[in-house]
Amino acid sequence: MNIYAILYIIGLVLNFEGAFLLLPCITAAVFRETQGFAYLVTMAICFVIGLPMMILADKKKKEFYSKEGFSAVAICWFIIGIFGALPFWFTHEIPNYVDALFETFSGLTTTGASILNDVEALSKCSLLWRSFTHWIGGMGVFVFVLAVFPKTAGNNIHLMRAESPGPQVNKLVPHLRDTALILYMIYTFLTIFEIILLIIFGMPIYDSICTSFGTAGTGGFGIKNDSLGGYSVQLQAIVTVFMVLFGVNFSFYYLIVAKKLRDALRMEEVRIYLAIIIVSVAAISINIAHMFSNIFEAIHHSFFQVASIITTTGFSTCDFDTWPIFSKTILVLLMFVGACAGSTGGGIKVSRIVVGIKVSIKAVKSYVHPRSVTSVRLDGRVINDDTERMISVYTVIYALIFMVSMILISFFDNFDFTTNFTAIAATFNNIGPGLEKVGPTCNFSIFTDFSKVVMMFDMLFGRLEIFPILVMLSPRTWRC
Amino acid sequence: MRIVIAGCGKIGSVLVEQLSKEDHDVSIIDTNKEVVDKLSNQYDVMGVIGNAAVMKTQKDAGIEDADLLIAMTGSDELNLICCLIAKKVGNCNTIARIQNTDYAEGLDAIKKELGLSMTINPEKAAAEEIVRVIRFPSAMQVETFAKTKVEIVKVRLEEGHKLIGLKLVDLPSKINVEALVCAVERGEEAIIPKGDFVFQQDDVVSIVASPKKARVLFKKLGILKGRIRNVMIVGGGGISFYVAKALNIMGIANTIIEKNPERCRKLCEELPGSNIIEGDAVDQSVLYEEGVDKVGAFVAMTNIDEGNILMSLYVKKHSHAKLITKIHRIRYNEILNNMDLGTIVCPKNIVSDNILSYVRARQNSFGSNVETLYKILDGKAEALEFIVRSGSKVVGIPLQKLNIRKDMIVACIQRGRKVIIPRGQDVINEGDSIIIVTTKSGINELDNILDTE
Repeated sequence: MNIYAILYIIGLVLNFEGAFLLLPCITAAVFRETQGFAYLVTMAICFVIGLPMMILADKKKKEFYSKEGFSAVAICWFIIGIFGALPFWFTHEIPNYVDALFETFSGLTTTGASILNDVEALSKCSLLWRSFTHWIGGMGVFVFVLAVFPKTAGNNIHLMRAESPGPQVNKLVPHLRDTALILYMIYTFLTIFEIILLIIFGMPIYDSICTSFGTAGTGGFGIKNDSLGGYSVQLQAIVTVFMVLFGVNFSFYYLIVAKKLRDALRMEEVRIYLAIIIVSVAAISINIAHMFSNIFEAIHHSFFQVASIITTTGFSTCDFDTWPIFSKTILVLLMFVGACAGSTGGGIKVSRIVVGIKVSIKAVKSYVHPRSVTSVRLDGRVINDDTERMISVYTVIYALIFMVSMILISFFDNFDFTTNFTAIAATFNNIGPGLEKVGPTCNFSIFTDFSKVVMMFDMLFGRLEIFPILVMLSPRTWRC
Repeated sequence: MRIVIAGCGKIGSVLVEQLSKEDHDVSIIDTNKEVVDKLSNQYDVMGVIGNAAVMKTQKDAGIEDADLLIAMTGSDELNLICCLIAKKVGNCNTIARIQNTDYAEGLDAIKKELGLSMTINPEKAAAEEIVRVIRFPSAMQVETFAKTKVEIVKVRLEEGHKLIGLKLVDLPSKINVEALVCAVERGEEAIIPKGDFVFQQDDVVSIVASPKKARVLFKKLGILKGRIRNVMIVGGGGISFYVAKALNIMGIANTIIEKNPERCRKLCEELPGSNIIEGDAVDQSVLYEEGVDKVGAFVAMTNIDEGNILMSLYVKKHSHAKLITKIHRIRYNEILNNMDLGTIVCPKNIVSDNILSYVRARQNSFGSNVETLYKILDGKAEALEFIVRSGSKVVGIPLQKLNIRKDMIVACIQRGRKVIIPRGQDVINEGDSIIIVTTKSGINELDNILDTE
């Protein structure tokens, strides 16, 4: 274990966080809010700790391998959260530090679950910082670091692999830095495009920036108490479309930019993702049609909600907790499906589900034809045994963590099953709102601090896809 | 440059390492998933698993935008198909590894027809290097430039050598041969020597000369150990075959010791001039029987690195033969260099060096005037070839009056077919092709060699 390499990376990331904090500072200056000082202080703390760390560790050997890469990413995510929560605490906007941590981790992991009863009471700079954590966390801190600071240390691919969602992490172009740059360019372009569209259709500039950050990272922090319910139908429709767009595998956009439209349209994962959305919208629309004045309104709301849940964003336009049980069941199932691999969304990921189903079909076939030789394909390419195995393992660990979390929070919080189940589902899959007591109109402040910590871990497990954190926690990693 | 490497065996892997270190956009293709995973984890390259001769695989690796495809799979035919497809789809330059001797005759036609930029035969390339070393037994290494018209010969000044203590200025009067000391390695450092430079013991001196003059030079320097008259080669692989063939043409007696009877028979049929011995060289009596203590050069060419090292160490102890050791797999260079195994030949490195110099030259031809670029002295110095264009500041002035930077030297002037090893009074003309040796990298204009300060 090369501690210096990890220290160097932590220092580097802290400096980047310091730089990120500039944005809320500027916001505070624009709106003349005194809370801005809390952000300045935090920024100073980040630099004071980060710079010496980076400089001291710089002289040592910085070679690092898989275990260093994975644990560094996990540790850094914890550290970013711990420091990112300080301003909320300094300003007393969130007096309990555990609550502040919950809010920050919820932001970074693009969950969007909140403990705030009255969001609108927060200062503008704090609201922006909350939404901005979504944007950073969505595409990933390390992808950003790699894009602007290419020579971090040895094998950077491990950092990217630990942070990027999906069963396989593929480079778009040979150089890692270029890959990271392309991803962030697409990401930034889409975000700016959304901001402009929202402004054109009449959303205030500040609101549209925060909302776009929330959509881009598929986070879901609203800056209003009723999330997006108060905005016009057009604005909600724009957000719906962008949520769907940010849930698509970013390779899709790269292929389009690279003028390989045919290859892009052939991407099996994207097609199935869109198919799931269409079928779900249709089913829910029929189911809730009687609750609205006309079918279009029903389609509008069901489309928004389906997009919001499957991409794991978690915005809401109406209280879907009042919808019939059939619709709610579909939404809860969509929580687990999640978005595409290589997008900013969470959940199990469409590609894992698709491959999982194909592997199951293959297993059944092997009972019928015991001697048959079969392979599983995605996009016409054979999925190798390793990937197949990792997907199965992932699903098992996923289920285990889910069960353990359920048991842990049920012990301290004696709520009904739906509340506890959807609370874990909503945090583990990085969605935000669940059902019943954690429904779209409620929040997570009802839980004890212990449960909040459990859910923080769940959010990180969900965002980093389990393994980096397990590597970090494994004693084997630190022994040598 | 955007480079696709098809086939990541030993040579392919070395290329991946070198090219990605030089910051090229490298994609690799191999059918073996483990190899691709390992390399793409280790280096900043994009990996594609699949048959490199399939158009789709090549497209996945980005052949459409690539500048160069290097086909290094184990199969010659596959390499040719790879290049053919790459040429059609990507319209890029192609390099293929062609190893089978049967294709040697038609190679030029194939090269022309398929538009290959370069074909490379690792065994032959290694053999050429070995033959050069045998021709100059006193030299540690010989490199050729300007289409083999100029050579750079490396010599170590051993204890008691007459150059030790001599000033460079006094060298021409002492040796009176058209030759030029272009670089000296002292310990880890590489120096471009000027007139007041004094030679010390254990300096490794690089000398530029034409091949003919190089022999004379050695004689004058008193370090010619005498022509090697007989060579013993252990292991009858492809490299040994090419070495023996070249030695036969040069009239140097050679003995090949090979274990496999069938291989012996084949060698015997194809190398009428060589003495083929069936036997295992691990058995010392075989070596003695064939007179290992009297040979001029001992070449260890078996497929087992450890065996080669041990044999060379043994022979070193019991004879004065020039040692040449093939090491293919082991990479502990620091230790090997200390073991004094004579000249170490590593086929994969020779091939990758050849390809690298091609890539560097291509790279340099974008927006610079460098014709070719060679890394010499283990990459510590560069030899750059320029064509002198009109308007250059160096034209028409005798070299001694040119204010050339301290860390570079004009090593050679090529005027038409004539090669001039320059002295102070020589003048560079328009249209000349000149070679600059420098320890500073990144020179891309001829005029940059002048010290402007």
